[in-house]
Amino acid sequence: MNIVRALKCRECGQEYAIEPTHVCEFCFGPLEVVYDYEKLDGYFTRELIESRPQTMWRYKELLPINGEPTVGAQNGFTPLVRAKNLEKVLGVSELYIKNDSVCYPTLSFKDRVVSVALSKAVEFGFKTVACASTGNLAGSVAANAAAAGLESYVFIPHDLEQGKVLGAGIFGTNIIGIKGKYDDVNRLCSEVAGKYGWAFVNVNVRPFYAEGSKSLAYEMMEQLGWQAPKHVVVPMASGSLCTKVDKAIKEFIKLDLIEDNGTAVYGAQATGCSPISKSVKDGTDMIHPVHADTVAKSLAIGNPADGYYANRVIKESGGWAEDISDEEVIAAMKLLAETEGIFAETAGGVTLGCAKKLIESGKLPRDESIVLCITGNGLKTQEAIADAINKPRIINASLREFDALAEADGFDAAA
Amino acid sequence: MKLRVYLTFDESTVREPLIWKLGKKFDVITNIRTAEVKDHMGLVGLEIDGEDDVVEAATKWLVGQGVNVAPIEQDVIEG
Repeated sequence: MNIVRALKCRECGQEYAIEPTHVCEFCFGPLEVVYDYEKLDGYFTRELIESRPQTMWRYKELLPINGEPTVGAQNGFTPLVRAKNLEKVLGVSELYIKNDSVCYPTLSFKDRVVSVALSKAVEFGFKTVACASTGNLAGSVAANAAAAGLESYVFIPHDLEQGKVLGAGIFGTNIIGIKGKYDDVNRLCSEVAGKYGWAFVNVNVRPFYAEGSKSLAYEMMEQLGWQAPKHVVVPMASGSLCTKVDKAIKEFIKLDLIEDNGTAVYGAQATGCSPISKSVKDGTDMIHPVHADTVAKSLAIGNPADGYYANRVIKESGGWAEDISDEEVIAAMKLLAETEGIFAETAGGVTLGCAKKLIESGKLPRDESIVLCITGNGLKTQEAIADAINKPRIINASLREFDALAEADGFDAAA
Repeated sequence: MKLRVYLTFDESTVREPLIWKLGKKFDVITNIRTAEVKDHMGLVGLEIDGEDDVVEAATKWLVGQGVNVAPIEQDVIEG
C-alpha cells in the first residue's frame, strides 16, 4: 500500500508531485515527504510488521518507495543492546545502545538512507547515482550501487585519507578527488548535482534519502517492546537524523503502534563542529556556519542543512544539545568498547560522551530509559584511537617469561 | 546561469546594503526569495542570474565582503 501524498515545503507549505526535486521553487525551503496516514487505519498493525522479515523494510509503508525495495533489501534491523555495564559506570537505571555500527552492508546507518535513495532513483529511471562524501556515505553509495548494478560517482576532497578512498574504491565506483577549499568543493558538488541527470543522493533525491533514517527509530521502538524511550541521544551532522527520529516516533503514535511517552530528543556534536549545539545553548534558532575542526569527521558539517529543524525538535521535545572535546570523544569510544564490547567510530564517541555530560549535568535523568544511537563502526576511524589503546606487552617465546608476567597480573601459575 | 545561494551575514556585514551594491557592480539580476534578520545575523535566500563568469565574479566579491555564500543545499559533502 502506497500512502505517500506529496513533497511539501517545510517553510511555506507548498506541495509538489513526487519527483527528484528537493527545494521549494518559491521560497527555497527544503521539501519533505508527506503521507496520508489514515489509509493505514486497521491495516498497519504490530502483528503485520512482526510477520515480516527482520529488515528495515518491514516498515515499508512509512518509507517513500512504491512496492518492494530494489536496492538494499536486506539492510537494517540492527541490534538494540541493553547496556548493563555502562549503566553502572554512568549511574543510570535503563540504558540501551541502538547499534548501527553493524548495519549491513557497509557498517554505518548510511546504508538505511542510501537504500531508500537508490530504490527511489531506480523508480525514477536513473542509471547513475552520486554523492559527495568524506567517509561513510561514499562507501554506502558505492556498495549499494554496485549490488544494484548502477553506475556511481563519488566526489571527495583530493587529500582524503587513503583508507577512506579504499572504502569506496573497492566497489568499483568512479572516484573524483577535488582540489580546493572546503567551501569551493562543496559549491562545485552542488553545481554538478544540478547540471547532470544523476540521482545525487543527498541533493536532488534528499527528501527520499532522509526518510530512510526513520527506520532506525522504528526498530528502536519495536525492540523496546513497542514503546518509545523517555530519552534518545542522537549524533548531529546535518541534523537530519534528529528530525527523523522525532518524526518516526510521532508516526508510530499517530498509528496507535505505541503510546505517547513524551520522548525527549537530545543532539550530540563535537565542540570543533557544533553549530547546532551552540544554537540550542545560546537560545537562538539561527545557525552560524563554522569551519569544522574535529576528530569526528563523519559529523563535520559546518553549515548543516537541517540545523534549524534539529534545533526546533530538540527544544519542542524537551531535550537538549551538548558538545565535547576530541579528547572526550576518544575517551568515550574506549569506554563504550571496554564496557559493552562495541567498537564505534568517532561519532559514537561523541554520542556517548555527550550523554555522559548530559547525565552529569542533570539534563538527562538517571532513572528513566535512555537510548544512545551509535551510527558507525570504529574500524573506519582507527587512526583516531591509534595512540590511545593499550600496546601489547612483548615477551620471548618462554613460559618462564609469561609466568612472570601473569604473576605480576595477580595470577598464580600453580593454581 | 541562475545560481541559488544562501547568504549568511554576520554582525559586521548585516547592516551593509551588499545586495544593492552587487547589482550596481555586476550585470546580474538578483531575486530575494527569503530573508531573516535576528540575533546579530542575517540569512538571505538569493537567486543570482547572469552570464556564468559574471555570476562567478559576483559570488567571489560577496565572499570578499565577508559574506558566507553557500548553495541552498548548504553542506552537500557528508561524512
